[in-house]
Amino acid sequence: MTEAAKSSFVYVTYIRTTQEKLWAALTTPEFIKKYWFGMNIETDWKAGSPWKLVFPDGRVADTGEIVEIERPKRLVLRWRNLFRPELHEEGDARCAIEIEQAGEVVRLTIMHEIDKPGSKLIGAVSVGWPKILSSLKTLLETGSALPAIGELPKS
Amino acid sequence: MDDDAVFRALADASRRQLLDRLHQRNGQTLGELCQGLDMTRQAVAKHLGVLAEANLVTWRRQGREKLHFINPVPINEIAERWISKFELPRLRALSELKKDLEGEHDDGSSQE
Repeated sequence: MTEAAKSSFVYVTYIRTTQEKLWAALTTPEFIKKYWFGMNIETDWKAGSPWKLVFPDGRVADTGEIVEIERPKRLVLRWRNLFRPELHEEGDARCAIEIEQAGEVVRLTIMHEIDKPGSKLIGAVSVGWPKILSSLKTLLETGSALPAIGELPKS
Repeated sequence: MDDDAVFRALADASRRQLLDRLHQRNGQTLGELCQGLDMTRQAVAKHLGVLAEANLVTWRRQGREKLHFINPVPINEIAERWISKFELPRLRALSELKKDLEGEHDDGSSQE
């Protein structure tokens, strides 16, 4: 698969925190709800396990499998949208999350990719990730999350 | 991040052109980015270095290739600094309207 046949979204941000705290923020339900529009991720955080991103009302937004997990540095998810047919039909995407120490701060990289040019899913996550991650950064650095920006995705 | 580095990086038409090309298609090699540009390979590499310094571009190795990706974070931070979240939907609507009227709509693949 050449890169031209893919769609990719990459997000790199530096956060004043520790790798462990950022890892906890990404994998603890109480924490996730604070910055992820009230949504939660349900999984046991083990390689090979299923995961699902659940709306506050119980509907499942996205689902997939944990491909790689290396606390507190690396998490790779297989990712399939469930609630929008046009995104679901694009098939499985891959989301890699990396946490590296960068001097006094931590560098967080999210790379979301699908083997399909002009992907609507990647278009959608390109809008979603910045809101979620900028709220997460604020939460870690100040102790309170940003108020929800915009509306929850509709089914 | 260092605001000055971001604004310095953006204050150059060639570097903005490279960002435009990555926005069009993310994940390109130096060779691909050089195609059709009126710049030497060395000049493009140097510009990419400045963009990476400002965190506007990031890269990843894939086999023997080095792929470059646009990182939207610094530009998003600039926007968040001066544009309040209440203004955002209106600005977006106006920008869409302008694009429609001027017939600049691309395939929409990168849009929500």
